Amino acid sequence: MNKLELQKTANEVRKGIVTAVHGAKAGHPGGSLSAADIFTYLYFEEMNIDPKDPKKADRDRFVLSKGHTAPGLYSALANRGFFPVEDLKTLRHLGSYLQGHPCMQETPGVDMSSGSLGQGISAAVGMALAAKMDGKEYRTYTLLGDGEIQEGQVWEASMFAGHRKLDNLVVIVDNNGLQIDGKIDDVCSPYPIDKKFEAFNFHVINIDGNDFDQIDAAFKEAKATKGMPTAIICKTVKGKGVSFMENSAGWHGKAPNDEEYATAMADLEKIGAELGGAN
Amino acid sequence: MADVKKIATRESYGNALAECGADFPNLVVLDADLAGATKTGVFQKAFPERHIDCGIAECNMTGIAAGLATCGKIPFISSFAMFAAGRNFEQVRNSIGYPHLNVKIGATHAGITVGEDGATHQCNEDVALMRAIPGMTVIVPSDDVEAKAAVRAAIEFEGPVYLRFGRAAVPVINDTPDYKFEIGKGVVLREGTDVTIVASGITVASALEAADMLAADGISAEVINIHTIKPLDEELVIASAKKTGKVVTAEEHSVIGGLGSAVCDCLSQKCPTPVYKIGMQDVFGESGPANALVAKYGLDGKGIYESTKEFVK
Repeated sequence: MNKLELQKTANEVRKGIVTAVHGAKAGHPGGSLSAADIFTYLYFEEMNIDPKDPKKADRDRFVLSKGHTAPGLYSALANRGFFPVEDLKTLRHLGSYLQGHPCMQETPGVDMSSGSLGQGISAAVGMALAAKMDGKEYRTYTLLGDGEIQEGQVWEASMFAGHRKLDNLVVIVDNNGLQIDGKIDDVCSPYPIDKKFEAFNFHVINIDGNDFDQIDAAFKEAKATKGMPTAIICKTVKGKGVSFMENSAGWHGKAPNDEEYATAMADLEKIGAELGGAN
Repeated sequence: MADVKKIATRESYGNALAECGADFPNLVVLDADLAGATKTGVFQKAFPERHIDCGIAECNMTGIAAGLATCGKIPFISSFAMFAAGRNFEQVRNSIGYPHLNVKIGATHAGITVGEDGATHQCNEDVALMRAIPGMTVIVPSDDVEAKAAVRAAIEFEGPVYLRFGRAAVPVINDTPDYKFEIGKGVVLREGTDVTIVASGITVASALEAADMLAADGISAEVINIHTIKPLDEELVIASAKKTGKVVTAEEHSVIGGLGSAVCDCLSQKCPTPVYKIGMQDVFGESGPANALVAKYGLDGKGIYESTKEFVK
């Protein structure tokens, strides 16, 4: 996909996020929207996956370590063709295969159940290790929140990945700057994030995580990096694309009501029109 | 029992892994800086490329095992029960239990027979924690023969399994020609009519000793080895309870949530029977030689004999 196509797709992914969370009357729109460009790039450009064969043997793997942003993952998977976009509305409903946090047994395309913060990165490390042990070429990607990296297990996993030189692993940090209780640097600052991963023997790339040129360059650089894992620290805007959700900690884990939903969708329709309509 | 062969089940664990390594190419073993103590060093020596030392980071080890399992490996994570089940509880629950991944948890140094290290390392709560996780199989082998059989059975079984091993050498009691291990199937070691003693792990040998002492007093005790605490062999427990009308449970674990609770959960619903639970009575352990601790807390033959005699009189 070219940049414009990616931008248009990301806008559709954002519509799916807002629709899912509105349908659920609960969920986490802020961190799903901030990472929508990353989800889009991974599933439409970067990863070797097949929606018709979600468990294809040597596919690339993705673990959503910040599992509460499941609406972002689900919307990307649905738009990519793993399941109908229409089903996003059933998010969190009783009996739905779209659980509040990712469940690998329920949802096609979900490689690992996650949601308890700090645990997903370890599973991703295990997948990357399995590829190394078996001499396979597949790569593993994991997305973490910037609040999530306050969990100690993240650094246990990073120490191991650096020690084992897992260059088939890419750790992505969605640095939208906000967590439930407020700004991450007010609550318990994880900064400097890049220096921490460097200290754990990662190759570190700092980018604007809402800019596809920079995202594209970073993932290409990660692929070319040998002998160490890569961490891509993505500066993003929480709630990106929906005017009243942008940079608001209050929209971390809250669903829009009907009126707010209409406003949010109008915002995204406008962005879509500015991009020149659908792909 | 001075002339009986004694082996610690942690030794059996390491040996069984090494013996199974060639048969199961997907078998991998993970440690958290305790390969010498958990005895997985034996496997490490034989299959170095399939042994992963994660350093002192049990939670990460658990997640790595989960990731390996999604890629077709059969990982065993090894640590002391305190860390494998205790520190790790939520990782085991969410990263292994919830996705029902094919990870085996080899927990050594369980219970008070850890001995001198004392209460911080004597895990008497692990069975309760693991038993509460949906879909988790929980096995507590009683000796070398059973521990080795359990390891092989766990490898052949698809799904998460918690295996509990001890630090101290225990008598070999199952080296009989007709011994057969099947997950979920208890074993009647001695038939009796007055009382049933249900035991697991190190208390199985103690229960056999107690049964001898009870027999001398004219009390006929049936001894059942429940090596699989979950799923419990309910049919066997109920049949024996119906026959004897009184049940004693004996375990090197808290009486809250372990074997005794599992037996009570079953009997209270399906065959109400008086039960007396022998085990750690809601207390922490302490430093001391393993055999002295077992005696102090009433888990040796004499302790089980005395508690049972009091209960049936």
